[in-house]
Order: sequence, then C-alpha cells, then structure tokens
Amino acid sequence: MLLIPCPWCGKRAQTEFTYRGDATVERPDLADSDSQWYDYVYTRDNPRGEHTEWWHHTGGCRKWFKVRRNTWTHEVISSEPPVRD
Amino acid sequence: MAKSPFKRYSGFSLLRNALSNHRRWPRAWRDPEPRKSYDVIIVGAGGHGLATAYYLAKLHGVKNIAVLEKGWLGGGNTGRNTTIVRSNYMLDGNANFYEHSLKLWEGLSKELNYNVMFSQRGVLNLAHSDSEMESFAIRGNAMRLNGIDAELLLPDQIRQMVPHLDCSQSTRYPIFGGLLQERGGTARHDAVAWGYARGADALGVDIIQNCEVSGIRVKDNRVVGVDTNRGSIDAPKVGLAVAGNSGRLAAMAGLKLPIESHVLQAMVTEPLKPIIHTVVTSGASHVYINQTDKGEVLFGGDLDLYNSYAQRGNLPRIEYVVQSVLTLFPCLRRVRLMRTWGGVMDMSMDGSPIIGKLPIDGMYFNGGWCYGGFKATPGSGWCFAHTIANDEPHELNKALSLERFETGALLDEKGSGAFAFSH
Ligand SMILES: Cc1cc2nc3c(=O)[nH]c(=O)nc-3n(C[C@H](O)[C@H](O)[C@H](O)COP(=O)(O)OP(=O)(O)OC[C@H]3O[C@@H](n4cnc5c(N)ncnc54)[C@H](O)[C@@H]3O)c2cc1C
Ligand SMILES: [Zn+2]
Repeated sequence: MLLIPCPWCGKRAQTEFTYRGDATVERPDLADSDSQWYDYVYTRDNPRGEHTEWWHHTGGCRKWFKVRRNTWTHEVISSEPPVRD
Repeated sequence: MAKSPFKRYSGFSLLRNALSNHRRWPRAWRDPEPRKSYDVIIVGAGGHGLATAYYLAKLHGVKNIAVLEKGWLGGGNTGRNTTIVRSNYMLDGNANFYEHSLKLWEGLSKELNYNVMFSQRGVLNLAHSDSEMESFAIRGNAMRLNGIDAELLLPDQIRQMVPHLDCSQSTRYPIFGGLLQERGGTARHDAVAWGYARGADALGVDIIQNCEVSGIRVKDNRVVGVDTNRGSIDAPKVGLAVAGNSGRLAAMAGLKLPIESHVLQAMVTEPLKPIIHTVVTSGASHVYINQTDKGEVLFGGDLDLYNSYAQRGNLPRIEYVVQSVLTLFPCLRRVRLMRTWGGVMDMSMDGSPIIGKLPIDGMYFNGGWCYGGFKATPGSGWCFAHTIANDEPHELNKALSLERFETGALLDEKGSGAFAFSH
C-alpha cells in the first residue's frame, strides 16, 4: 500500500486517490507548432527514477496536487499544491 | 560461424535420451561471447526480440545477428503474462496483424520443433449490459468481415460452457451474454521464448545474456552501434524490443516515445482439478481468468495505475482483482492464492502497439504492447524482421507506425483517449 501525502489532509492510503500522470508536461499555445502539440499530448519522459505526477484526493478533500515519487522503488519523496515551478 | 547442429526433438530422441537417463541432452542454445560487430543487433531477448531474430535469419537470410539481453532470456514480460492468445480486434490495423499472429500460433510448435502447448480452448468475453452486448455484436461483425471467427453467445450457452460461472441475476454484474473467439486460447509462455531461442540459435544467431545496453551510438542521424556492460558492439541496424524499458532505450538515442511504463500484476491459486475450460474475461471490473495445465487458476486485472518500473505491485490491486474473480466464480472462495508477481508494461498512448522505423536511420522500434503483447509474439517478430530487413514496414504493420500519433491515424480500440493507463 502506498501512502500518499496530501498537502491538506496528510498521509492517506493510495486507495483514496486517483492518478493522472506526468505533471511536468505543459499545454502549448494554440498558435504553437503541431510538433509541440504532439509532444504535449503524446510523448513522455517516462523516467525510471524520480517522477513528478498529478494525484487527486478523490476520496478526501478532492483537491489536485503534485507528488514526487520514484518509479523504480515506489518511494514517495514529497508533495506540494499545484503551483508553477 | 559456429553453427550449433539443430538437434530435433522427437519421440525417437526422447527414447534414446531416456536410455541414457536424460544426461546427454544437448544444450538448447549456445552461450557465445559478443563479437565486435554484427549486421543486426536486437536489444531484448523476450519473445518479441527472439522471434524477430529467428525470422530475420530464417526468412530474410540475414547472417550475423545478435540478441542482447540484460538478464536472462524470457525473464521479462514474456515469462510473466497470463498467456492469453486471441485476435478479437475491431480496427483493421490491429485485426489483420493479430490474425496473422494467430495463424502463426496455429503452426508454431511444428515450425519450431518445440511444444509451445498452444491450446485453442476459446476466449470468452462476458457482457454485463445490453449496450455491452451491442458493442460485442459490432466487434464480432467487424471481426467476421475480416475473416476472423467470432460468435455472440446468450446466457444459456455461457452457463453450459462455463458451469461454475455465477450466471444468476443476484450477482453484482449479471451476465447478459458474451463474445466467443473459439480459435483463441493459451500457450506456455516460457516455451515460446525457449522455442524461438533454440530455433534462432540453430540458425546462427548469437543470444547474449547478462549483456545490458547502456548507450546507443549515433553519427549523423545514423546508428553505428551500442555500448554494453560487455563492451561496445557495432551494427548498422539496431532493433529495440525491450517492452517496459522502451523509454530508457529511446532516451539513449535522444528520442521520446508516446509510451509510459506501468506495473501489471498477475496471480495464481493452488492447483485444482479442471473446472474452467476456456479463457473467461469480464470488462465490468476488468479481469481475465484461465486455468493452467497444472490446474492453477491464473488471473490478472488492471494496472496498478501509476507509472512504475518495479516488477512488483501493491496489495490494493490484488485485493480488487481477487474480489472480481470471486464475483464471477464464487466457488473459488476457499481456494488459496499461491503466488503474485508483476511485470513492467509498455503502455502506448492509444492502446495499440508500434512496430516500425524510428527517426534515426538504421533504428527500429517494437513496443507499446500494453496488456496484450504475448499473443502478438509470432506476428510481431515476423513483421519486425520484415521491417528491419527491408527498411520498410510490411503491409501488416503499416498502420502500427510511430508516425500515426503525429498524423492522427490512431488505433484506439475503445476510444479512451491519450492516457497510457486508460487502455
Ligand atoms: C502480468 C501480465 C499479464 C499479461 N497478460 C497477457 C496476456 O494474457 N496475453 C497477452 O497477449 N499479453 C499479456 N501480457 C503482455 C505480454 O506479456 C507482453 O506484451 C509481451 O510478453 C512482451 O514481450 P517482449 O518480448 O516485448 O518483452 P519482454 O519479455 O519484457 O522482453 C524485453 C526484454 O528486454 C530486456 N531489456 C530491457 N532493457 C534492456 C537493456 N537495456 N539491455 C538489454 N536488454 C534489455 C528485458 O530484460 C527483457 O527480457 C501481460 C503482461 C503482464 C506483465
Ligand atoms: Zn486531501
């Protein structure tokens, strides 16, 4: 069982959350090129190691936040509200 | 080139070796030292990499092939899957490819002189609502139009076919019917890796285990070779067939793929007498169940649903999958689980695989297999070999190109969108 640290509710069981994936991809401008849009929609760094990702506390406060987690060891490193880096 | 003699397996060889107490069976494949260069390097000795090497040597006359494997051959997803083989797809780009693969399965034991225990026990998808029955009718008709067998079943027929299934109205997801592909079934996963390895080795392919690729050398947008923990190896053509490690290998060549790695778990119960004679799947809670020849009930469900490179998963998914199995087969309630394990899956953004060229000359990619690459093994190797040998895809894998994500010609069977974990 993973314990996901919600910035508002603290550590809770993973079953309370919904996962949405890579939080580093940024939506391009409408005027940006097709290849930028292709990258945004489809390609991912997909690292083996630290990954910044979106989680939603569906069964709790229902807020979105970012988690830093290691995809190889499943170690959860940190979490933060959805601020811009 | 040191060619190992193809020692055929037969009733006669079994008898002869029995007389010497099975102490004189020859090695099934060599354990060669890597050479300085090859004509083709395949990275990854799973079923797909080994099948590719086999067909490259057998059908395209390519000599000097190496398959590089970081661990032991067949130790990746090939040795971790629930062994279901089928071709029940709706979209032409998938259907024709998987059907070609299924046809190769039908002759595979003979082709390889190796019993892959392919058992066409049928694959039954259960429907739990009227609308699901309708979508099954659509898919079944699409399959028939492509010359693939499909049969829509009513609850009575299903009750007869799978007597232990809870077909009552009081169950959590009552059964409205199903779609059956009779020619689908299961195969012995390890035997597929071993059979292709033995066949490829006999054709002169060097299978090099404990050889991890750590770099890909590219000059003027053309691949020249790879770096490994056993030295650098040159080759004008490099094919990747590394499943969950696709992203890492692509990154070595400076590329990004429409793929994420996720862990998928499977599990078996203690062995029972035969009670489930076909493969049963249900989309209501997403489970797929069959009984192995050893008697274990083998099943799997959804991904753990977060990016992962760990070949192990977490208990909540196991609990959910077990609950789903028990709603369908309440009679298994007192049976004990014996083992659970996980594999790192190459989840593509439209749920369909990629077999094709990469934007670097001489580099080819095979991956994005999601939940269903085991059944593709023969067809995947066959098409990938053609693509590498001719530097262009075969008609059967044209639609499976990497470019489809840029051009918009996606193959999203369920129309579930660009989330790797939703397929
Ligand atoms: C639990 C589970 C259940 C499944 N059930 C089914 C099913 O019922 N039916 C079905 O059709 N499919 C199923 N699949 C999917 C199927 O197992 C895979 O799609 C298929 O086996 C992939 O084969 P492969 O040869 O591409 O990959 P693998 O067998 O994983 O082979 C890839 C190889 O590449 C090697 N490698 C990786 N990185 C490197 C490197 N840097 N250098 C050298 N070698 C490297 C790995 O060690 C590995 O051996 C399931 C998968 C899992 C995990
Ligand atoms: Zn919360």
